Parts: sequence; structure tokens; C-alpha cells
Amino acid sequence: MITVNKLTKTFGGLTAVSNVDLKIEKGELVGLIGPNGAGKTTVFNLLTGVYVPTAGEIIFEDKSLVHLKPYQITAQGVARTFQNIRLFNSMTVLDNVKLAFHWHDKYSLWGAFLRLPDFFRGEEKMDEAAMELLKVFRLDDKAGELASNLPYGEQRRLEIVRALAAKPKLLLLDEPAAGMNPLETKELMALIGEIRDKFDLTILLIEHDMSLVMSICERIYVLDYGKIIAEGTPEEIKRNPRVIEAYLGREA
Amino acid sequence: MKAMRLRNNLIIAVCLAVLYFGIAYAMKQRMLSSFHQVNLYLMGINIIMAVSLNLIVGFTGQLALGHAGFMAIGAYVSAVMTLKLGQPFLLAVLVGSLATGVVGVLIGLPPLRLRGDYLAIATLGFGEIIRGLLININYVGGAAGMNGIPKLTTWTWLFIFTVATVLLIKNFINSSHGRACIAIRENEIAADAMGINTTFYKVLAFSIGAFFAGLAGALYAHYFFLIQPQTFTILKSFDALVMVVFGGLGSLTGSIIAAVAITVVNAALQSLGALRMVIYALLLVVVMVFRPQGLMGTKEFTLRTLLRQKGGSGLHDYRKQVD
Ligand SMILES: Nc1ncnc2c1ncn2[C@@H]1O[C@H](COP(=O)(O)OP(=O)(O)OP(=O)(O)O)[C@@H](O)[C@H]1O
Ligand SMILES: [Mg+2]
Repeated sequence: MITVNKLTKTFGGLTAVSNVDLKIEKGELVGLIGPNGAGKTTVFNLLTGVYVPTAGEIIFEDKSLVHLKPYQITAQGVARTFQNIRLFNSMTVLDNVKLAFHWHDKYSLWGAFLRLPDFFRGEEKMDEAAMELLKVFRLDDKAGELASNLPYGEQRRLEIVRALAAKPKLLLLDEPAAGMNPLETKELMALIGEIRDKFDLTILLIEHDMSLVMSICERIYVLDYGKIIAEGTPEEIKRNPRVIEAYLGREA
Repeated sequence: MKAMRLRNNLIIAVCLAVLYFGIAYAMKQRMLSSFHQVNLYLMGINIIMAVSLNLIVGFTGQLALGHAGFMAIGAYVSAVMTLKLGQPFLLAVLVGSLATGVVGVLIGLPPLRLRGDYLAIATLGFGEIIRGLLININYVGGAAGMNGIPKLTTWTWLFIFTVATVLLIKNFINSSHGRACIAIRENEIAADAMGINTTFYKVLAFSIGAFFAGLAGALYAHYFFLIQPQTFTILKSFDALVMVVFGGLGSLTGSIIAAVAITVVNAALQSLGALRMVIYALLLVVVMVFRPQGLMGTKEFTLRTLLRQKGGSGLHDYRKQVD
């Protein structure tokens, strides 16, 4: 589904991502782990067009994503959440979700200006579809609230709902459980497994907590200082000496 | 829900009708002095200016400092249409507004492709360049401007165009397209990542704003019958910006209230000459100190809040509509 070859990004003298190769098949749930500053978020920013790679290629369903703008990449079927939450704070929860329907489900500009029938039909359709998605994440009773008024854990869930509303085939989740308590985290991980099946998704997930990723991902990439140092099943990763060193070496 | 909205719309329609016919009657009976009439027209024109600028600055979050330049284009193009080319008023207004919208695209596209405040600088320069150009074009009278423009902006046209502007911009904002603009203000990177072509929507909002500023200019030209380059200085741009900030960035009703209030204050202070600017500035400082988010913040003044109606729960509560 997505193939990344020799992806590299430098910021001035700093090489944040260096010669990264990734290959993810349709329907997989893959983890991307690594210590602080390893370059995980930068990989996401490269995949979604926030940064242009210094070198390397990104092939998504036989098409290069390099040099596409973020909104064009979304239209190819890649959506993401942000590590430092980026909701539309003074918009309602419902409007946050409806915004992501816009690119694939908008009605005409004239319909909007003149309140033609396609405006009402379009809004109704978006309302219904958005409420359905919110229900999956038990946010439907918060639809009318401002996004900024949600508690932290719910803001994280709303980020995922919003990304889903953009109709992705590949969903990129950047530390979706950061800041959640253990119970919330467990629920969320179960939910992520569910939505993969329900929406027929391929998921790449960044997570700090090793044990957490191990529990739901089928395959894991480990990034350290911008380089992939290991790849394999959770069992393989657990026993990999380089991974143990990368994690223990720094935390000790 | 639906019935309540219908009723609220009806109440607003009745209020507007009373306002329109009330003033039409007062004019007919010569109850309004020419001073009052001038300020009445300025109110309508200022409402159009403030509401259209709010779409750019308040809703889309792009700082623009050249709204008077757009007003000038609408004024001059429409005046050429009627005065020089003998075209009918409505066509002149339409062409003036459309031409301004097109200029909006040309001015807005280069700086809006970039993130950051390039638009502020570009529009600031644009406002001054337009005046410089007009001074040097003899066809439109140079520094002396155009005189004797037919006085075709009647109370009826002013009223219709003002109401239509507010209504159209409100409809736009409360649509999927308007949501795209607001999302850009809220978080441009996230809007982009959710599939919004941010450049397109920034330019769209900017040129819609320009279109209506052009309309304000056309109405102005055909009421005051004299337009000069110096009519459209940076001070006029700032006037519009002050109304937007004063009323609340992202509140249409706030802009309307502020436009009316500031027109009244300006009129009241007119006899004071230079002192006017000082008092004006002081007033603004006071407002900004005590209410930095503007009169309304991003909220709208609605009949629903006024009558303390309870909306149905959930789904439709989110609509912060003027109706
Ligand atoms: N825009 C940027 N300009 C300069 N340096 C950057 C930029 N973005 C990231 N970096 C640097 O690149 C490196 C990798 O950062 P990145 O955010 O990708 O790490 P991460 O693996 O996501 O870390 P964390 O677990 O803390 O989220 C860091 O050293 C960071 O300072
Ligand atoms: Mg990160």
C-alpha cells in the first residue's frame, strides 16, 4: 500500500530522518516506535507533505506523494492526527468533524450563498455522517460543545474522528494515547483495532510506550537517531539487542 | 426547531420592513436633515465595509490593510460605467464589484500562497499604489477626481444591497465553504491536513471581501457624486478595521453594531476637527482595554439569545446563526 525508500530529511545540519525504508501492506496495523527526538513525527510530516523530503521517495498505491501538498495527499487517501493536538478550538465538535468531509462531500458555492436545496441536503448528509462517526468514539453527546472545552482524552479521540472523516485508506496516528490514563489508553487501543476492521483501514501508529504498541501492532519499526534500527513482530523487537540498548541505554 | 427558526426569520423580516418603510416615510416627509441622511448612507456603506472585511480578517484570519483600495476600485469603475459610458446603475454596480473581486484575486494570490503576514504588507502597499495610480490617470480626473456622478444610490438600493451583503456573507460563513475558512483561522496546518486547499479558500474569502468592498465603493460614488483619490486613504482602511476589531473578530452582528456606532460617533465628533481623531483613538483604547475581544467576541447577537429560547439539544445547537 505504501512504500518508502531512503527517505531523508535534514534541518540545517541536523539529520532528523536518515535513509528510512518502510513498507506497509493493505490492512496492516504497524507501529513506529523510538526514543524522544528519534524522528517519528518528522516521518509523519514527510508522509503528509508538511515537509518536502531532502531525498528519497514515498509511493502510495503506485503514486509518488513527494511534492504533493498536504491537502492533495489527503485526497489520495492518507489522513493523520497530531501529537500536539491541533483541533479547531473555537469550532464545535460536530463542525470539526464536518470540516473533514468538505474535500470529498462539498456542495456548490452557489448553494451555500443562496441556500439552495443542495445546501440543505449536503449539510444534513454531513450532520448524519459526522454523528455516526462521533458515536463510534462516544463523542456524540458532545457534538454541540466547543472542541476546546473537551477534556484532554476526548480531544485526542476527536482528532481520530476528524481524521476518519477525511476518508483515509491509510491512517497515521501520532501518539494517540499521550496523556491518557491507563484505562483510557486500553480502551483506545481496543477501539483502534476495531476501526481498522470497520473502516477497512491500514494504520501506522507512533507510540512511546513499548508495551502498548506490542499489544496491538502486528509489526513494528524502531527508529533511533533518524535511522530504522529494527523491524519485525513484537516478539522479535522485544528480544532485539539494539532496541533494548536504544531504550535502556538512554533511560538508564 | 424548524418552526422556531421560521418564526425568528419572520421577526427579523418584519423588523427590517419596519426599518425600511419607516425611513422611506421619514425621507418623503422631509423629516431627516441632509446631515442625518448622509450619515444614514454612511452607515449602510460602513456595514458593508465592516462585514466584508470581517470575512477576511475575523473569519479567515488574514490581516488585510487595504480595504479602502478596493472601495476605490468599485467606486471608480462604476462611476466610469455610468458617467462616461452611460450604462445603467445596476450594471455599473455589478461591473464595479466584479472588477474589484478580480483585482482581489490578483492582489491576494501571491501573498496568500505563503503562510504568515505577507498579506498585511501587500495590501498596505496596494492601497497606496491604487491612489498613486488614480492620481495619474487623467481619464478619471487625476487628483481632482470624478465629479458629477449621477446620484443613483437611492435609499431602496442602499437598503437592498446592505441587507443582501450581510445575508450572503452570513450564508457563506455558515456553510461548508465558510467552515473551511474558519478552520484556516483556527489551525491552518490541521485544515490543510484535513483536505482543505488553504490557498484557494484564503483567496476566495479575500476576493469575496474585495467584491463587497467594491460594492460599497460603487454605492458611495453614486451617492456622494464626487470621488477623489484622497477619499480612499489608509485612514478609511483603518476605519473599517477598527469596526471589525471593535465589533469582534468573527462576529457579523458585532461588525454591524460597530459600524453603526462608529458612524454615529464620527458624526457626533465631526465639529471637533482635529480633536476628533484624539477622542476617537482614546475611545478605542478604552474599548480594547476593557473588552479586548471586541464587543461580541466571536459570538453572534441572535434573537434566540435575546428571547432566551431553548434550542433542541445536540445536533442543531451548534448553529450560531443570526436567524
Ligand atoms: N521543523 C524543524 N526544524 C528543525 N528541527 C526539527 C524540526 N522538526 C523536527 N526537528 C528535529 O528533528 C528531530 C526529530 O524530531 P521529531 O519530532 O520527529 O521526533 P519524535 O521522534 O517525534 O520525538 P517525540 O517522541 O519527542 O515526539 C528532533 O531533534 C527535532 O528537534
Ligand atoms: Mg513526535
